[in-house]
Amino acid sequence: MIEWVWLIPALPAAGVIINGLLGNRYIKERAHYVGVGSTALSLLVALFVIGAAIKNPGPHNVRLFDWVVAGSLHVDVAFLVDPLSAVMLFVVCGVGFLVHVYSIGYMRGDPGYPRFFTWLNLFMFSMLLLILGNNYLLMFVGWEGVGLCSYLLIGYWFERKSASDAANKAFIVNRIGDAGFLLGIFLIFKTFGSLAYAQVFAAAPGALSTGVATAIGIALFIGAVGKSAQLPLYVWLPDAMEGPTPVSALIHAATMVTAGVYMVARSAVIYNLAPDALLVVAVVGALTAIFAASIGLVQNDIKRVLAYSTVSQLGYMFLALGVGAYISGIFHLMTHAFFKGLLFLGSGSVIHAMSGEQDMRRMGALRKHIPITAITFYIGALAISGIPPFAGFWSKDEILAEAFKSGHYVLWIIGVATALMTAFYMFRLIYLTFYGASRVAEHAAHHLHESPPSMTAPLVILAGLSIIGGAIPGFPPEKGMFHAFLSQVPGMAPAGGGHAGLVGTALAAQEGAQAAHELSSAMHWFLILLSVAVAVAGWALAKHFYVRRPHLPERLARRFGGLYRLLLNKYWVDEIYDAVIVNPCKRFATFLWNFDAWVIDGIVNATSRLTVLNADFSAFFDRYTVDGAVNGLASVLQGWAGVFRRLQTGFVQNYALAMLLGIFAIVSLYLFV
Amino acid sequence: MELTLPIPNLRAIMPELVMTFWACLVLVVDVLISKERKTWVGYLALVGTLVTMAFTLPLLGTRTSTFSNMFLVDGVALFFKFIFLLATALVILVSLRYLDIEGVNLGEYYAMILFATLGMMIMAAGNELITIYLSLELMVISTYVLCGFIRRDRRSTEAAVKYFLLGIFTSAILLYGMALLYGLTGTTNLTEIGRALQAKNLGANPALLLAMIFLAAGLGFKVAAVPFHMYVPDVYEGSPTPIAAFISVGPKAAGFAVLARLFLVSLPAIRPQWGTLLWVLCVMTMTLGNLVAMKQSNIKRMLAYSSIAHAGYVLIGLVVANEIGLASVVLYMFVYAFMNIGAFSMVILMCKRGDRGERIEDFRGLARSHPWAAIAFLVFFLSLAGIPPTGGFIGKFYLFSAAIQANYVWLAVIGVANSALSVYYYFRVTMLMYMSDPSGEIRLTLSPSLVFALAVMVIGTLAIGLYPSPLIAAARASMAPIFGP
Repeated sequence: MIEWVWLIPALPAAGVIINGLLGNRYIKERAHYVGVGSTALSLLVALFVIGAAIKNPGPHNVRLFDWVVAGSLHVDVAFLVDPLSAVMLFVVCGVGFLVHVYSIGYMRGDPGYPRFFTWLNLFMFSMLLLILGNNYLLMFVGWEGVGLCSYLLIGYWFERKSASDAANKAFIVNRIGDAGFLLGIFLIFKTFGSLAYAQVFAAAPGALSTGVATAIGIALFIGAVGKSAQLPLYVWLPDAMEGPTPVSALIHAATMVTAGVYMVARSAVIYNLAPDALLVVAVVGALTAIFAASIGLVQNDIKRVLAYSTVSQLGYMFLALGVGAYISGIFHLMTHAFFKGLLFLGSGSVIHAMSGEQDMRRMGALRKHIPITAITFYIGALAISGIPPFAGFWSKDEILAEAFKSGHYVLWIIGVATALMTAFYMFRLIYLTFYGASRVAEHAAHHLHESPPSMTAPLVILAGLSIIGGAIPGFPPEKGMFHAFLSQVPGMAPAGGGHAGLVGTALAAQEGAQAAHELSSAMHWFLILLSVAVAVAGWALAKHFYVRRPHLPERLARRFGGLYRLLLNKYWVDEIYDAVIVNPCKRFATFLWNFDAWVIDGIVNATSRLTVLNADFSAFFDRYTVDGAVNGLASVLQGWAGVFRRLQTGFVQNYALAMLLGIFAIVSLYLFV
Repeated sequence: MELTLPIPNLRAIMPELVMTFWACLVLVVDVLISKERKTWVGYLALVGTLVTMAFTLPLLGTRTSTFSNMFLVDGVALFFKFIFLLATALVILVSLRYLDIEGVNLGEYYAMILFATLGMMIMAAGNELITIYLSLELMVISTYVLCGFIRRDRRSTEAAVKYFLLGIFTSAILLYGMALLYGLTGTTNLTEIGRALQAKNLGANPALLLAMIFLAAGLGFKVAAVPFHMYVPDVYEGSPTPIAAFISVGPKAAGFAVLARLFLVSLPAIRPQWGTLLWVLCVMTMTLGNLVAMKQSNIKRMLAYSSIAHAGYVLIGLVVANEIGLASVVLYMFVYAFMNIGAFSMVILMCKRGDRGERIEDFRGLARSHPWAAIAFLVFFLSLAGIPPTGGFIGKFYLFSAAIQANYVWLAVIGVANSALSVYYYFRVTMLMYMSDPSGEIRLTLSPSLVFALAVMVIGTLAIGLYPSPLIAAARASMAPIFGP
């Protein structure tokens, strides 16, 4: 069965070709047959492959063909099926399929309907390439592919300038991260002479010094920071909400933004050798988690709250990876895909019902009008807040416990504080949207309606997964079947679990330290109770603020005006970036351009004036002193003078001068330095 | 007394002989063909490049020299010849309709292109200073004429005169460098110069350094390296668009061929010195090219600065200057021929009588009205920006990884950062194409030959990205005679 794995990306690729070539002219509003159909088939094959991987975890390498073969560099187009890629396959194909179904209803009637499905399928193809590739280069190809699709889909409604700006921002910010990723790839190739995971990870414990491992780890992480929207490159993700909501759910919540998490987890063997790089990952993750959550507290746009929440939850995942709890990180990636996919699709259903309104200040009491959306949304909120037995509880609890165990208590406290904020902003969103008094504008109230079944069905399925998707694979904590399954991946085995020998001395030392931190069961129960208590506290606080005493938030906002504005304006990070990085860059470019175009001309502008004067004089001379017989010649000369005037504005001399100056500079460098 | 003249090995120089014959043939046929049928001359020239290619093929894998070692046939020369011939064929294809539109459908245009190509071919094969210089002049004089081909257009004339004046200026510098080299060693043969310099052990002799700098400056002008790049935007903007495409690929590649051969064969004695020099030029070229390109509103000027930046990337391979480094240079130039002529062809697609279609704004909403053209442009831009799965990605990947492997980590970092920067201006155009509505009706100048050329270039760019192994293998094999056993 596993050798059919290539069908999984190939099917959406076929969808791209069919819809891309025939969509606009022939398929039109039937584009979803191709788009959804190909994804459904792809999911079907994926389920078989996942089943096979559960029976026999492999790793299975399915080689298709040689891609780049040149001397020492040998890269195949080959797919890897192992527990990690099986989990990712489930997330990507599962959520991907549901989002495709949802889009039938959400995008109906849009003039670019076939275009939408083409790009969505292209995204599926690239994302599957990213998670299935058995080497870093193929991952990079998928990585750039999803970036391109993200760009195209954020700017899908390009009529809005904000949308095309957001698309550009996403692409350019991501390129900064990609540069880091690429350097990491080069370093890996230089060190190992190969880019295939199997070879690299087999050789790593012997061949990799801590210094090189740290350099590779940091370089790869820069890539992850861009793609997974961590500090300081997170700025593109909130703006990415300009894309259609299904895109936000699929790309900017469930799958693409988790690619960075996947990449770090995939490189676990390397990171295990680089404790410093891991610490960077953990610290960046924790800081991002609390930073983004604090912004989410006061946002009024329903999708922006969810966007900051996504950034924050991704921070959680990196925190988990950074403390060596790779499996918990991937576990949270999976549960997050369920409940955040659900929340985004739910918000899409709300926006759909509200005829495009996204501001929660103009919502309220919507639960009567859109009951299915309201109930499923509630489930999603319970899941993300970490209320047992919903999915988020299991993964989040594990992350906090692992952070505590690792001995980084500051990071743990940040994690707990973030959990409190998470519960608060989620239930704030719920109460503002679905409860309280209706603040819906008249024209929108008229149209309030529950979404069609194609949209509610995915909500219900994802709600189901948000309920059971954590407990079943994750119980009992850290010993559930999810852990058993994933611990078969090299480097990802739970630290302290007796898997020494897989990795080098650095981890062995870490394990020794961790054994000392092994928790008693009383401590464990305390941590569980604490995280539940925190979640409930956040929930209660939100209820107090937005249901019992609805005027409290305003009063607080007034009392702590400075802090409120700081949060509402997202710490002014965008403005700071503009002022510190973007504008100086533009100015520098302008300066260089001016230098090329003007300064050099300016120097000899005087010369050019003289030339003009000269030409005028000769024209004068021609006109008045030479008689008619030579008039013809004169006009020809004048014509040429015109040409030469343009030529002899000093340009050429100046260019030559610049070249000479360059030579002199170089010569003097050699002769005198 | 009997005079015995050594009979040179003509087989080795067969492609050049065929090209010479064909260029002359084109000139003659041009006179015989009526004004309305000048396009036939173009097709004749196209056949000429293909025939020359056919005559080059049997030489593959051979390594000989002829004319008392003045002319070499080796892997590098042959690989570059294929790049030139390919570029020439593509440029002829995209010129056919363009000349009609500009109203200068004259046969000598094609003859000039063939003569320029002939110059490049001999440059790549030349193993002797005078040969190199003469062939270089053959190339540039032909391109001066081509730049000014639209005589009624001032900008074209201006471009030609600028190119000419600056060209002879740098030719003089180059010649001075060659003279110094001859003065130091007493020979003009590259291999002999290398041997003499090693034997004399001149070290960092000022005269030798001066020669090196002058050679770098003279050839830096041809490859458009900063600070010898000033002419590029003006000349590209003013020249007929197919010629801008031509000089952005052909003379650049020829310049790299000579630069590589001169420095590696003749000047290995001062390898550290020219390594540093090229390092500096490389970084300046990449950075300035990319930064200034961001500010352009004329697409030909933007592509001009982009081509400056690409010269910078290629210089990475010359700084590394080992087998992989040089293999990545020829590999990149090959890919570059496809993607850069492709990008310029898109400008040709936009040109109409009396409107050269050079404003970036002209591409607004192209994806709506002409999705296929937009996809073609997107492919070229992705490739120029070095994004997979295009040939440009493979080329950059090879260049940068060559730098990393040779421990030029910073060079690779700067290169990667630069290529990240370049996305900004390529995607400015992409955004206009895909994310805005057309401001008016867009009419494209479609002709079968142009569409065919575009298809070849798009498929070539993608094919190299998807399956680069044969090309990489060929590029490395071409280096084997220099570095191999």
